[in-house]
Amino acid sequence: MKPGYVRRFSPAERLLHWVNALGFFFLLATGLILYLPRLSMLVSRRQTIQYIHFWGGVAWLVALAAVVVLGGRRLLATARELDTFDGDDLRWLRGRGAPQGRFNAGQKINAVLTAAFAVLFGASGLLLWFGEQDTRFRFASTVLLHDGLMYVSLLLLVGHLYLALIHPATRHALRGMTLGSVDAEWAARQHAKWRPD
Amino acid sequence: MDTPPAPEQEPRRYGRRLFLATVAGGISSLYWGKAAWDHVTGVISPVASAVAPILPSGGWRIYTISGQMPEFDPAAWRLRIGGLVEQPVSLTYDELRALPHVQQVSDFHCVTGWSVQNVRWGGVRLGDVLARARPKASGHGLRFVSMEVPYVDYLTMPQASLHDVMLAYEMDGKPLAREHGAPLRLVIPEMYGYKNVKWLGGIDVVPRAVNGYWEDLGYDRNAWVGRSNGYGA
Repeated sequence: MKPGYVRRFSPAERLLHWVNALGFFFLLATGLILYLPRLSMLVSRRQTIQYIHFWGGVAWLVALAAVVVLGGRRLLATARELDTFDGDDLRWLRGRGAPQGRFNAGQKINAVLTAAFAVLFGASGLLLWFGEQDTRFRFASTVLLHDGLMYVSLLLLVGHLYLALIHPATRHALRGMTLGSVDAEWAARQHAKWRPD
Repeated sequence: MDTPPAPEQEPRRYGRRLFLATVAGGISSLYWGKAAWDHVTGVISPVASAVAPILPSGGWRIYTISGQMPEFDPAAWRLRIGGLVEQPVSLTYDELRALPHVQQVSDFHCVTGWSVQNVRWGGVRLGDVLARARPKASGHGLRFVSMEVPYVDYLTMPQASLHDVMLAYEMDGKPLAREHGAPLRLVIPEMYGYKNVKWLGGIDVVPRAVNGYWEDLGYDRNAWVGRSNGYGA
């Protein structure tokens, strides 16, 4: 590690993030082809795209599960961090400015929602797939849930990309998610309560 | 100092609560989601009908069952009417458009839960087209054959005689787009979308209505909106 830098994200954490990101963009692209009439017509091979989207989704969930299993204890500790909100987190969420740990409260909420959405995307996707073949798996609201998740995820993603790529105070965080380490001074400013190993 | 931390300082396990609440809310929405959405769009119906057109899909989902959508060649396309008829008929696109033109505004409901309201259809009454072929008295059903092989579906004669059943070659003031079944689709607003056969190439008068493509996969033959496929009573 470069002097003056501290490690923020472990290899397992970064792998989980990028497997999730890669899967999300792949499923967004193939999903939009299924969702938008204009695109479905351009591509036209709906059966093939549907197949790719479904098995892409299965592969995404399996890959996420594999990283979680391989990450083991290290990721369990991360999950514990994301689970815990202290008084400073709640003050920070109210916009009162309070020192934050390795994850700020917004990042915790984003991570928790992303994990819950993965479960819901998977469940509703399986129901859509099997519902087409067997009416017992068909619910009137499955499409609504799957589409709604897509819209909310897109909103979260736009905010996430803005903070990670554009916003001057936070965009340095991208380095942590790619190379693993961040500038120690930046960390002390943005994540004052975090004590890097 | 021995002052105990203020209660609000104690770390709380909010993360898992948020996770479980989101998952539980999402799964349970399978039961209440559509009703809630319909309620919301009902209350703010002017807003909702304003929102639908700006959704990138216009509210439509395009379903196909084969690898490729059929292509419409105006020179080669014919609407063939045969089976139990006195006079088999084959209509060109221009001949079809020369028949009495009708317009109607009706809602379109898909059995998977989405709907598009106030679709403006233009075309001909099914009865006007059938009359040219003079169905025989022994024909109690109609088979609608899509150019998307092997998609077919059936209606009984009484179903086909409902007042707003039509063959549409226009949608929202424009010629029917390829993804909506160009050049011609069946429109029967009382029934779910899978009965509204797209890319229509032929209509056969048959002894009785039997299972079509989706009915063979477990969907109801009489696909009444709100009263079939597990919906309603």
